[in-house]
Amino acid sequence: MVPLKRKRWSEAVQQLVFVGPALLFFCLIVLVPFLMSFYYSLTDWNGVTTRVVWAGLNNFKRILMEDDAFRTSFWFTARYTLAAVVLTNLVGFALALLLTQPLKTRNLLRTVFFLPNVIAGLLLGFIWSFIFVRGFAAVGNWTGIGFFQLPWLGTASTAFWGMVIVTVWQLSGYLMVIYIAAMMNMPRDLIEAAKIDGANRFQMLKNIIVPLVMPAFTVCLFLTLSWSFKVFDLNLSLTKGGPFGSTESVALNIYKEAFQNNRYGLGTAKSLIFFVIVATVTTLQVLYTKRKEVEV
Amino acid sequence: MEQAQRYSARLLALEIAAILVALLFLVPFYFVLVNSVKSFGDLMRNAAGWPEAFRFDNYAKVWEIMRFPRAFMNSLWITVLSNAGLVVISAMAAYRILRRPHLLNRVLFVLFIAAMVIPFQSIMIPLVKVASEVGLMDSRLGLIICYFGFGVSLNLFLYHGFMKSIPREIEESAVVDGCTPYGVFWRIVFPLLKPMTITVLLLNSLWIWNDFLLPSLVLHDAGLRTIPLQTYSFFGQYTKQWDLALAGLVMGVTPMVVFFLMMQKYIIAGISAGAVKG
Repeated sequence: MVPLKRKRWSEAVQQLVFVGPALLFFCLIVLVPFLMSFYYSLTDWNGVTTRVVWAGLNNFKRILMEDDAFRTSFWFTARYTLAAVVLTNLVGFALALLLTQPLKTRNLLRTVFFLPNVIAGLLLGFIWSFIFVRGFAAVGNWTGIGFFQLPWLGTASTAFWGMVIVTVWQLSGYLMVIYIAAMMNMPRDLIEAAKIDGANRFQMLKNIIVPLVMPAFTVCLFLTLSWSFKVFDLNLSLTKGGPFGSTESVALNIYKEAFQNNRYGLGTAKSLIFFVIVATVTTLQVLYTKRKEVEV
Repeated sequence: MEQAQRYSARLLALEIAAILVALLFLVPFYFVLVNSVKSFGDLMRNAAGWPEAFRFDNYAKVWEIMRFPRAFMNSLWITVLSNAGLVVISAMAAYRILRRPHLLNRVLFVLFIAAMVIPFQSIMIPLVKVASEVGLMDSRLGLIICYFGFGVSLNLFLYHGFMKSIPREIEESAVVDGCTPYGVFWRIVFPLLKPMTITVLLLNSLWIWNDFLLPSLVLHDAGLRTIPLQTYSFFGQYTKQWDLALAGLVMGVTPMVVFFLMMQKYIIAGISAGAVKG
């Protein structure tokens, strides 16, 4: 037998070798900066000078009382998130229903619907800014349909819907994949039993399919909520927050505050408020939809 | 059993509807591809139509201006090395945490998982300070180390979930045969993790290759730019020159689209598996 002392020593070394590197990088890159942001949010740090002056809760007061741009960005992000979450899930779910039918081209179609997802958000924004401005205008001239002749990205509401359209186009394929996986896992006998009992298509959907794919809803709502709440790349390249800051997301607002206005202290305070909201909303959502899941 | 479904009229209608929706999804690609080979005048006159003449010199010009091979190699190295490191550190940590669930490891696990709710924006500002103090700024290795930190939570979580299905008996018999703990992990456990390793590699690749914000904070030197960074700066200079800009976009998008078409079976399987488990 190995002496006890040597065994302990070897256990400690193993712990260090196996967990050490992961913990080191995690602390250095995630944990330490995150904890530091609690301190910096209470200062007027500008990121350049080494002199950091204590500001107490002034940053938070300023954000909540005076910062109209931040409030606007929050309002935009909330509306955008709501529209994006609802529409991407609807489209993704509908595509999944469609592509679980025995269609001849379904594998090809799945590839097509998923394709936008592999492109970087930043590049997508540039691609779509061309399509909205040049492509839609050309289609509008050619067909005379009013929808295409709107001043796309030029007004607050077209820029808003522009963001939503691109998001739906990009993400619904991803959700479709998750919904398809859930639908394939539905127990066949339940479906058969419902058919024998004479359930029509709508009843099947409402009473059988939706409850059975509830775990997928939990996942998909969580993903879309956190993606759209944190939208940055697409926002930067599609609308740059314009026109007149009407489509500036919270993430973009924080970025500009810190790295363009050099108000790092104020930026960290905003980022902490952002953290609290993101964490609360996503946790509540998971708890809520988890309760609705059914055991099979 | 379900009766063998006939290819009914209803299915045909659904099929046609699905194909129409798919074409609608593809329209943006048509616009970008078609206009990337037009002359500037042609593009301005008619952005929807077929090109008057195919001008591939747009691509040749952009290839030079964007220094495309350099940006491609930067993206490639950063993605490959971040992936390699992430797989090693997260698989090892997940293994130890699962097999030795003492108090410390349980706390660490909760810590890793809880950190996933922190948005990147709540870390990035002090991160810039930390990164410059430990010399990670303006270096590809520094960026790779940042990816280790940001990726480890999810990767560890996925490996941890997957490892639960691996029976301990295999490992125990290897120990009896005189295998060291490190040998057990690398020769026995790690090969069994292969399906999850593929999922992890693909999810990480999609994320890291397409990421913009983190590299834009860490890499400032023009020679280090990845494809998204290079596209961003290229766009800043050629805002209204759509003929060149679109060719640049097509080039920027192509590597990932090709990668996806080659690996799509695994990517789609990985996403379903990851989501159902999560």
